[in-house]
This record gives sequence, structure tokens and C-alpha cells, in this order.
Amino acid sequence: MHFDMAITGFVALYIFMLAAFGGWVIIGNVPAILHTPLMSGSNFVHGIVVIGGITALLNASTPTEQVIGFFAVLLGAGNAAGGYAVTDRMLAMFQASHQPVHVLHVKHPAKKS
Amino acid sequence: MLPTIAHLLTGAADMIAAFLFMYGLKRMSSPVSAPSGIRVAGCGMLVAVAASFLNVFTVDAAAKPHLWVNLGLAIVALVLGASAAWFKGRSVAMTEMPQMVAIYNGLGGGAAGAIAAVELFGHKTHGAGQLVITLLGGLIGAVSMSGSVIAWAKLDEVLKKPLRFSGQRMLNAVVFVAALVVGGYIVYVVQSGASPVLPIASVLWIFFGLTLLIGILMTLPIGGADMPVVISIYNAATGLAVGFDGYVIQEPALMIAGMVVGAAGTLLTLLMAKAMNRSVSNVLFSNFGDVSRQKRSKMTGEEKPVEASDAGIAMRYAKSVIIIPGYGLAVAQAQEKLYEFVKLLQSAGVNVKFAIHPVAGRMPGQMDVLLAEAGVPYDLIHQLDEINDDFATTDVALVIGANDVVNPAARTDKSSPIYGMPILNADKAKKCYVVKRGQGKGYSGIENELFYEDNTYMVYGDAQAVLVEMIEAVRGLGAAAA
Repeated sequence: MHFDMAITGFVALYIFMLAAFGGWVIIGNVPAILHTPLMSGSNFVHGIVVIGGITALLNASTPTEQVIGFFAVLLGAGNAAGGYAVTDRMLAMFQASHQPVHVLHVKHPAKKS
Repeated sequence: MLPTIAHLLTGAADMIAAFLFMYGLKRMSSPVSAPSGIRVAGCGMLVAVAASFLNVFTVDAAAKPHLWVNLGLAIVALVLGASAAWFKGRSVAMTEMPQMVAIYNGLGGGAAGAIAAVELFGHKTHGAGQLVITLLGGLIGAVSMSGSVIAWAKLDEVLKKPLRFSGQRMLNAVVFVAALVVGGYIVYVVQSGASPVLPIASVLWIFFGLTLLIGILMTLPIGGADMPVVISIYNAATGLAVGFDGYVIQEPALMIAGMVVGAAGTLLTLLMAKAMNRSVSNVLFSNFGDVSRQKRSKMTGEEKPVEASDAGIAMRYAKSVIIIPGYGLAVAQAQEKLYEFVKLLQSAGVNVKFAIHPVAGRMPGQMDVLLAEAGVPYDLIHQLDEINDDFATTDVALVIGANDVVNPAARTDKSSPIYGMPILNADKAKKCYVVKRGQGKGYSGIENELFYEDNTYMVYGDAQAVLVEMIEAVRGLGAAAA
């Protein structure tokens, strides 16, 4: 069996088109009140670039590639971890009226984060 | 056998990650489900990162001898980058969120550019199409990185003034064209096999140098007030670069996540530009802010100052109050005092609501986050479209730290730089109090007609101090009554 994928030409364009359309529709439903977390959240999502960095670095065969690959992983990891940290923090702050005020700054249980 | 299993597992993990990202973002459509949404997306990220290490079983033959070194480097980079950003992200103040988003976005753009660079320096692209996409990914990623860094510097006020000089647009165009020419030359040399004038590695360095320069030059002349739009554009750009990289290294998860973010960023950019009544190209290329400083339209009437305590008591006896917070509130760090005042009013039976302009704060939605941080429940917070018709039936509009977003000139004065921008109708309320540090103009330097209206009263002073006075005045009333 052959699981290797080759995404070329129109297949790539189809993926791009459908993903862009999906993104547009999903994001269009996000209310303005959540636009900052949305921005940092989508920022977090493109942190997936870190796995591209890992792939590129693992396949590096010259010092130049290794150095640039190292930075790709370093920056990508920062993007992903930082984006997640701030988004999670912000979203935890949004509370409805009926909830008591004192839960607002309680940290999440360690197992969840 | 092992490579086949590794391929299967990474393929499956990527697919799971792509699904979890979409599902997580979908859950962001309500404040109730949003916290779980980001956790869902976070799980997707963990799965994808863990699976990406399975690539050790499938590396190119040329990279085999370096495998252990590369693996070590990857782990070190991953741990270093993630932990540094994590701790910063956990501790940063909410008012600094725009800077943080800018800098994280710059990191992502840099990573995307670096991946393209690894592929280019290693001559790993196959065919002209892939080469062009790689160069584009590198270009967009690098522009996004250097541009985001400048945006960060502006938001963090490391760079205070927009840098403008004559011939700037010309220079930007020249650098942009030069980058395209160098990129085209790379394609020509690689495809035709012709020997380049310089070693190909040097040409690549020049290419990346030029692309980084584009990001810097493009962002320098843009004013601080426009940075939200700029960050949003770079967010979309990074997404696009990540998507292109995904195509080059054949990782569909990157293609999907990148394009989703690209679309999201584009949508947000357009929404914001619309809220400012400007086109995106106007934001990027118009040197906004020049015009407004030259002209001072004549104002009729005068600003009527009033004591904070009187204003506070008037609101206590109002039936309904709509509060319009602006970034000045956050600068004075008075959100919590404001909510204390609001609770006082609520317990006296006043109907209090918050009205948020789409561009309040330094990025869209930042004001909402700052209020949420202070404990304001999200059901009290209303956006412009929902609440603008309510002003006419409201007793008091309280403007704190906001300026341009309540300027009626946007409706009437065709010569005003903000003409046509949707504003909050504070002037339509029966009475309007404006809390302001002192006489003077706002962030964009435009005179505000609202301050001169008959039913507008100015409360001068630091927002925090003013709110303390208001709270004391209202409390004093309660004590006197009891």
C-alpha cells in the first residue's frame, strides 16, 4: 500500500480554495466582541508552521539549512505557544452576568491546560 | 516498512489537526463555547507536532548522516521557542495584546520565510511551479516578519512617529520590483541551468534581504492608529505564506491552516477598514493623518466643564446610561473603577450598557477584552450596530477615553478626514458626559464637534481619578439617604 501523498496542480488549488472558503464562512460567524481572541487564535493556528520547520530541519543536510531550519522551528514554536497562551487567557475572561464575580481570575485546573 | 507506517501516522495526525483547527475556530462563534474552541485547536497542534517527529523515519538520504544533530536542534528550538513565548504570553498585560499579536505573527512569518529558505538553499524544489510558490512563500513570510516587527515597535512606542520622506513610495516600488526581478532571475537560473553572475546562495541572500526590506519600508510610514489593520493584513499574509510552504513541503495541514488564516485575516482586515470607512490601500499608501493636522475647522459654542461628582450624581438619577469606553480608559487603567461605578449604578436601578466601536482600542475587539478582564459580563457589552439606535432613548451617554469614534463630524462634515466613518451616536442621547484628560485633540488629531454640543458636558481629569470622585459622590448620596 502506498500512503504517500503527492499534492500537485489542481488538487492543491482545490485544497486552497476550499480551505479559504471554509475559513471565510467560519470566521464570518464570529461576533465582533471576540475579534481580538479571534485574531490571536488564528495567529495561533498558523503556528502550525512549526511542523513544517521540524520537517525542513530534519531533512537539512548543510550547516546553512540547519541554521535556518533551527530558526524556523524556534520562531514557529514561539508563534504557536505564544498564540495559544494569550488566546486562552483572554477567552477565560469572558463571563456572563449570572456568574459570580470571584471566579473570574481563578486559574484553570492544571490537567486542562 | 517503517517509513510507510510513519507516513501513514503523520498523514492521519495532520488530518486530525486540520479538522481540530477548523472545529476549534468554529467554536469561537460565541463567548460561551470559545474557551473550549482554543483548547480543541491546541490539541490539534500537539498531535501535529508530536507526529511531525515521525519524519525521522522518512528523511532524505542526504540528511541521514545529520539526523541526530538535526533532531537535537529541533527539540532544543522547539523547547526554547515555545517556553519563552509561553511565559511571555502568560504574563503580558492585556493592554499590550496588540504588540504581542504582532510579534507572534512576526515569528510565524519568519518561520514561514525560513522554511522557504531551507527549501531554496537546499535546492529541494521540483519544477518551475514549485520554485515560484516557494519564492512567493519566502517573500510573503519575510515581508510579514519584518513588517510585524515594525508594527510591534510602533505599538510598543519604540518607534513614536511615522517615518515619511519624499520619494518614499518611489523607493518602496523600486525595492519591490527589485525583489521580483531577483526572484525571477532565480527561477531563470535554476530552470535553465545557466550559470548565475553570483553564486546562487548569494542571490538568495539578496532576495531575502530585499523582501525583509519591503516589510520595513512598507510599515514605517503608517501611523500608529492604523496598526490594527496592518497587523490583520500581516496575519493574513503569514497564513498565506504558511499555506504556500505547506504546498512546497507537501503538508496538507499547513495548506489548510494557512489558507483558513489567510481568509480569516482578509475578512477581518476588510471589516476593520469598513469600520474606519477607508479602503485597505488607503490605509497602506495614503499617509493618513497628514491632512487632519493642517486644517482646523471652526467650532461654534464652547466646551462646558462640569464637576465629576455632579456628573456621577446625574447618572445615578438617570434611567439609562450607555458608556462608550475608548483606549484612554485603558491608558488610565480605570476599567475596574469603571465597572465598580457601573455596579453602583446598577444597584440603584439604572440600566447600564457598554457601547463598543469596532476600532476602539489598538486592535479590533481589544476594548471588549479589557472590559472582560475588569469583570464586565459580556452581555452588557454591545457593538455599534446593535446599540446605535438606542442612544436616542437614552438619558446619558458617558464617553470615557474615546474621541474620534463619537465625532459627529463623521456624519456631517465632508471635509473631515473621518467623514463617512460609522460612529457611535453619543450626541443623540439626552445628555452626554465626556471624561477627558484635558482640552485637546484625540489620537488622530481631529477636532471633535461633540464636545461643543449644547447637551454635552466635559469632565476634565484622569479617568481613574474622575471615576473615584463619581463613585464617592454616588456612595455619599446613598449614605445620606440612609
